[in-house]
Amino acid sequence: MHNDTKDSVGLVRTQTIQLKEKISLDCGTTFGPITVAYETYGRMNEAKSNVILVLHALSGSAHAAGYWTPEDKKPGWWDMMIGPGKALDTNLYCVICSNVLGGCYGTTGPSSINPNTQQPYAMSFPVISISDMVTVQKQLMDQLEIPGLLAIIGGSMGGMQVLEWAVNYPGYVKGAIPIASTARLSAQSIAFNEVGRRAIMADPKWNNGNYDPKDPPARGLEIARMVGHITYLSDESMQKKFGRRLKDTLQYSYDFDPEFEVESYLRYQGKSFVKRFDANAYLYITKAMDYFDIAMRTNGSLEELFKNVTSSFLVMAFSSDWLFPSYQSKAIAKALRTVNKEVTYVEIKSSLGHDAFLLEHQTITHVIKYYLKHLSDGNKK
Amino acid sequence: MKHNTRMRSDWESIEKFIQPSSTVLDLGCGDGSLLELLRKNKNVQVRGVDIDQNNILSCIQKEIPVFQSNLDEGLSDYGDKTFDYVILSLTLQVVYEPRMLLKEIMRVGKKGIVSIPNFGYWISRIQLLIKGTSPVTEHLPYEWYNTPNIRTTTVADFINLCGEMNIRIEATAHTCLKGKKVPSCFATLLPNLFSEVSVFLLS
Repeated sequence: MHNDTKDSVGLVRTQTIQLKEKISLDCGTTFGPITVAYETYGRMNEAKSNVILVLHALSGSAHAAGYWTPEDKKPGWWDMMIGPGKALDTNLYCVICSNVLGGCYGTTGPSSINPNTQQPYAMSFPVISISDMVTVQKQLMDQLEIPGLLAIIGGSMGGMQVLEWAVNYPGYVKGAIPIASTARLSAQSIAFNEVGRRAIMADPKWNNGNYDPKDPPARGLEIARMVGHITYLSDESMQKKFGRRLKDTLQYSYDFDPEFEVESYLRYQGKSFVKRFDANAYLYITKAMDYFDIAMRTNGSLEELFKNVTSSFLVMAFSSDWLFPSYQSKAIAKALRTVNKEVTYVEIKSSLGHDAFLLEHQTITHVIKYYLKHLSDGNKK
Repeated sequence: MKHNTRMRSDWESIEKFIQPSSTVLDLGCGDGSLLELLRKNKNVQVRGVDIDQNNILSCIQKEIPVFQSNLDEGLSDYGDKTFDYVILSLTLQVVYEPRMLLKEIMRVGKKGIVSIPNFGYWISRIQLLIKGTSPVTEHLPYEWYNTPNIRTTTVADFINLCGEMNIRIEATAHTCLKGKKVPSCFATLLPNLFSEVSVFLLS
C-alpha cells in the first residue's frame, strides 16, 4: 500500500491539542477555548534544532503529507515536498503542519461548537487575522515544548504567516521561506475574495451563516471556488490544459450546459470543494487575508518592519503568477536587503500561475533542499 | 575548459585585492564559483546577484545567498557602504547604464572591484585595422551579431571614465594570457594595447 513507497511518510494521523490559554485577537476580543489540529512527520533531534513548521494556504489543512488510511487515493496537500529524501526530508527534519485558526479541518473555526451555546459559532465567531493564526501556532509550539524553529515555510496565505512569524517572534525562527506571497494583499486579490464571499452570502441557504452543515450554501461556495480557481491558473496554463476543447461533443450544443472542458473542470473543482470545505470558514479566512498588510504597524515601511528580524530569508516567486505577482515577493526581498538581512530571492520561470507553488516540484525541491542544508550547516558551526 | 582558465585569471587578481574576513557582493555572480572561492580562501561573507535562473540554482546549491534580478534595475535598495567590496567581474560591458552602475557600486561598496575585457587589445585592433572585421578573440569570442557585449570598453576608456566620475583607482592588475604571445610585462607597461583583461580596485 501507500506506506510501502520509499519516499512517503506513510500512514499518519491528525492530532489535536487544547490550547492552555485564551488568545487576544487583533479585533480586540479575547478568544478561547481553542483546539488545534496538527500533524508531525519525522523525528525531533535531541537538540530540538531540526523542526520545520509548514503553513498552509486558504483551503489547506494540517494533513500535509502521507495518508490517513491505506485506502486513501490522495496523500496530504504537499506530499511532493515532505518525506524521506524529499525537499523537507523527514530523515533529517521534524516537520509540523497545523490547521489555521478559523479553519474547518480540526482547529477551532466558525463551524466549531461554541461551548457556551452548544451551537456552531457561525457568524458569532470573531473576525480573525493572519497574525492571530500565528499567535495560535506559537502557543502550539510552546505547548509542544519546541524551543525554536529551523525553518518556517508556506505558500500564498502560508507565506503571509511566514512573514508574521519572522516579525512577531524574532530569534525564534532561523530561516523563513515565503513562497508566492505578499506583504500586503492587493486590491485585485481583495476583489476576487469579495466576489467569492458575495457568492456565498447571496446563496439563500447561507441564511446569515446559520445553515445546517448537511445542507450548506453549496451553490455559493461552489462559485467562490470556481472564481478562486481561475486566479490560481494562468492564461498559458489554461490554454495548454483546455484550449477551446469541448467535453463530450464535437459540435456546439447551443444551450447553457457545460460543454467546454474548462467549464466542466471548474464545475468539478467547485463541487468537490463543497464536499470538503465550510462556507463560513471561507468567509473568515478570505477576510483575514484581505486585512493582511504587515507593514501597517510601521506606517507602510517594510524596511522599518524588518529591522529587528533575525531570520535568514528565502523568498520565492513564479513568473506567471498574477494573483501574487513576483514584484510583490521581490518587494519583500528588497526591503530585507535594504536593512542588510540575509535574503535569497528566486523568481522561478513557470507557466503554471499561482498554483506553481504546489506543482513546480523539481525546481522548488532543489532550492529548498539546499537552503535548508545551509540553515542546518549554520547550526553545526 | 578555456573558459574556466580565463575566469580564474581574472579571479586571481580579484582575490588579491580582497582583505580576509570582509563582506563581498558580486554583481552578475554567475554560478557563484568566484564567491565560493573567496569564501574558502578569504573567509569572507558573500552575497550574489544574477539574472539567470540556472545560475541562481547553482548559487543556492553552493549555499550562497543570492538575489535574482537585472543589474539594470539598479541597486537603490542597498544601503550606503553596505559591503566592504562590490565586485563586477567582466560584466560592465553588458549593462545598459555602465555609469549609473559604477556610481551605485561606489555608493554600496566601500571599495569596488571592476574587471573588464579590453577591447583595445592589440589583436582586436589588428583585426579591425587589417581585416576590417569586428574583433573576435579568446576573451571576446562572439561575432558582432550574437555578442552580449553592448559596450566596447578599452582600458583607456575605463580609466578616463573613472577620472571623470572622481573614482580613485587604487590598484590595477593587467593580464595577457593567451599562449604568452607577448611577455606579460608588456601588459603592465602598455595595458591598453597588451592587456586582455584588466582588474581595477576602486575607491
